[in-house]
Amino acid sequence: MYDLAIIGAGVVGCALAYELSSRDLSLVLIEKENDVAMGASRANTAIIHAGFDPAPETLMGQLNVEGMRRCYDLCEELDVEHRKTGSLVVAFDQEQQRTLDVLYRQGIVNGCQGLEIIDGAEARRREPNLSPEIIAALWAPEAGVINPWEFALAMAEVAVRNGVVFMPNTEVVGLEWRGDHYQITAPSLTEPIRSRYLVNAAGVNSDLIHEMAAEPAFQITPTRGEYYLLDRTVGTLVQSIIFHSPTEQGKGVTVSPTIHNNFLIGPNSEVIEDRADTGVTRSGLSHIGEVALRMVPSLDLRSNIRNFAGVRANSPENDFYIKMSAANFLDLAAIKSPGLTCAPAIARLGADLLEKTGLPMKKKTHWQGGRRVIRFKEIPEEKRAAFIRDNPLYGRVICRCETITEGEIMAAMQREIPPVSIDGVKRRAGTGMGRCQGGFCGPRILEILARETKRSPLSIEEDGSGSLILTSETKKGCDRG
Amino acid sequence: MADPYQMLVIGGGPAGLGAAISAKENGLSRILVVERDLELGGILNQCVHNGFGLHYFGEELTGPEYAGRMTGRLEGSGIEILCDTMVLSIHPGQDVHRVCLMSACSGYRCLDTETIVLAMGCRERTRGAIGIPGTRAAGILTAGTAQRYVNMEGYMVGKRVIVLGSGDIGLIMARRMTLEGAKVLACVEIMPFSGGLARNIVQCLDDYGIPLLLSHTITEIGGRSRVERVTVQQVDASLQPVEGTERYFDVDTVLLSVGLIPENELTREAGIAMDPRTGGPLVFENKETSIRGIFACGNVLQVHDLVDYVTEESEEAGKAAAAYVLGKATAAFAPPADRIIDVTPGKGIACVIPQKIRLDRLEEKIRFFFRVSEPSKTPKRVMLGDGERVAASFRRPWMAPGEMEHIKVDRSTLQEMQGEILLLTIED
Repeated sequence: MYDLAIIGAGVVGCALAYELSSRDLSLVLIEKENDVAMGASRANTAIIHAGFDPAPETLMGQLNVEGMRRCYDLCEELDVEHRKTGSLVVAFDQEQQRTLDVLYRQGIVNGCQGLEIIDGAEARRREPNLSPEIIAALWAPEAGVINPWEFALAMAEVAVRNGVVFMPNTEVVGLEWRGDHYQITAPSLTEPIRSRYLVNAAGVNSDLIHEMAAEPAFQITPTRGEYYLLDRTVGTLVQSIIFHSPTEQGKGVTVSPTIHNNFLIGPNSEVIEDRADTGVTRSGLSHIGEVALRMVPSLDLRSNIRNFAGVRANSPENDFYIKMSAANFLDLAAIKSPGLTCAPAIARLGADLLEKTGLPMKKKTHWQGGRRVIRFKEIPEEKRAAFIRDNPLYGRVICRCETITEGEIMAAMQREIPPVSIDGVKRRAGTGMGRCQGGFCGPRILEILARETKRSPLSIEEDGSGSLILTSETKKGCDRG
Repeated sequence: MADPYQMLVIGGGPAGLGAAISAKENGLSRILVVERDLELGGILNQCVHNGFGLHYFGEELTGPEYAGRMTGRLEGSGIEILCDTMVLSIHPGQDVHRVCLMSACSGYRCLDTETIVLAMGCRERTRGAIGIPGTRAAGILTAGTAQRYVNMEGYMVGKRVIVLGSGDIGLIMARRMTLEGAKVLACVEIMPFSGGLARNIVQCLDDYGIPLLLSHTITEIGGRSRVERVTVQQVDASLQPVEGTERYFDVDTVLLSVGLIPENELTREAGIAMDPRTGGPLVFENKETSIRGIFACGNVLQVHDLVDYVTEESEEAGKAAAAYVLGKATAAFAPPADRIIDVTPGKGIACVIPQKIRLDRLEEKIRFFFRVSEPSKTPKRVMLGDGERVAASFRRPWMAPGEMEHIKVDRSTLQEMQGEILLLTIED
């Protein structure tokens, strides 16, 4: 019997697991996919939002600035890649300029610092590649970029180090309240999981999980956002995050640097039927391209190295749904943008709500926090020789485009939640992120994964469950039996 | 620090080996070849089909056999080899250049060298580069990655296959997958002509009954965890999909053969001038780049169809690098060239190598390699000239972008040319 089960190992579930891992509780983190951060947490704009966008009366508005500050602290504590870049919301006409004023006032109420409305010339002085048609912009110095899946992973790793059980490949299909605990069923389980408390952090499926335990109360409208990822060869297009002035469809298209000095362009916003449909479309991509080019005319989309899409857990109420909805049942639901930024604050609020309903929050006597990652590229040139002498595997480059070494891959294999797929290695070590998109390093990583996990290469997945790469062995000549 | 090398070659594929061997034959003794893979030979190692070496060795070899011939010539040559070693940066200098490299066994270090030969080869364009709509299921691979899995690791990558793009590796893999028992349903090419060699279309598609759909492209990839279905549509003259021409193929694998890109990240970071047409560095008549003492050859310079031409080109580069090193010793080296002529692709020509020639440095005969920008089925004349005079010309019954062509010119003829630009054009 667990004290608490969290359904969904996205950034919200991981943040709560991290938050509660310091308490004297037995916890399980249940995930339907084969890894942490497999939903919206992996496919988003990778931004730490400053906090001017959501209206002050919403939960989003109340949690954003707290979440943003906590994000930066956690990134330092857990060695998560991030960079404070600041952001600009740009306006092309009078109406959009009035929107900037609204955002500015909201930001002040929400607690943002350093907000500033500047004219077009000043915007172009700061970002020379911005369009000459931009007449004004809202500058928010506290915004930044983050490695979103590393953020979720880092929190989950510390949670697991401190006793939280991570249960991947477990898709919850039934919840039953048994008077003092929930019984949780999944096709992959021979015995149901039992837990006194339950947290719904199921992202785009959070309404479905909610309805297994409580009366329908909210609805998710799965909303897909598509992206371009541009190669570093485009140079420094912009140094800060550039938002188009928000529209009814959301914050609008963004041109943003990434922590790896690529550029991310997107998203659009399209309500879709199929919650798992992360496909990209010709029309979606061309729309994003047009808006991005309007903001940064020198942008060259031919340097694209990847398109992807994420499905956001939007709701008609346009706010998070955070509530004790049934006996010992907490919803951390309908978490859409700025959910990544808010995750640590959502976790804090969730913990408070659980405590109020009687979950004991006694501190553990020994809790091991912190996390350090060795990234070869960050080792200064003069120290490289000595470092490789002591750690020879850091001298063997596996991913050529991003200069990721076997040492980094092996370190990822030894972490609390080891990768099981090629993309699992990618999310931890950064392999295959570059211009060849894993063409060269894929086969070598597959070989390392098979070797280290003692599995057949035929069982290695590219990404999620079932995404097998190899289908059989080739025909053998007689000399090979 | 130890004495500088006379030549440091980056890449131990056919280009790098050709350059090193030729430099040795032309008098250099301190030569180092750096290869990032575990063994020499480069991409030849995974090309188990035959057809290599007809021009250069006069017989038909497989890729590994060709590589074996090259590495065989290293024996007793004294050429130093470092495998499993990655070059991280090039730092050009006045007299010597510095190359920083790294490996698991010998760690991180920087070596000085009088010349560098860039021979890093090329990589494949990916799905991202062409932005195919649809899901990101497993089963979408570049043809070269599939070739590595099948030929080197011994694993099949799919059962029902469609090939997008008709580059040579895609054609070769269509045949290879068929021979290994997979069903290849079609090869889809967006252009109205193939980018591959004519002989490969016959031997890899026609002979196995695999249809080549010209002016078609994949407009949607479906499937959740593994590819399940692709939509193929015809495209119009501006390469946009035509509505109503949708065809569906139930496949588990999409192989991409949509172009090769010379691998020039080190080149760019070193500040060497590039040619956007070839994707490689700009070179002079002797394969020297815009930085003195740094040469380039093979697919890093321009994507070749045949390894034989890679070998020939790299031999020229190796010889030129040797002349550079030895000429420096006699102090007669490199008076400023009196005349530099730019060789520019004109009508009907996609790219040409070399892009610059120094009239006082020419060998007796000079070859210009080029590709046409579109196929012609009627006889055409290729002309190189200064606008008034013709330096050289020849007629061809047909030409295609998939086939690299060359034109040979005498030194004396080039020296008679006026002006600073030579134009290569296709005329009726």
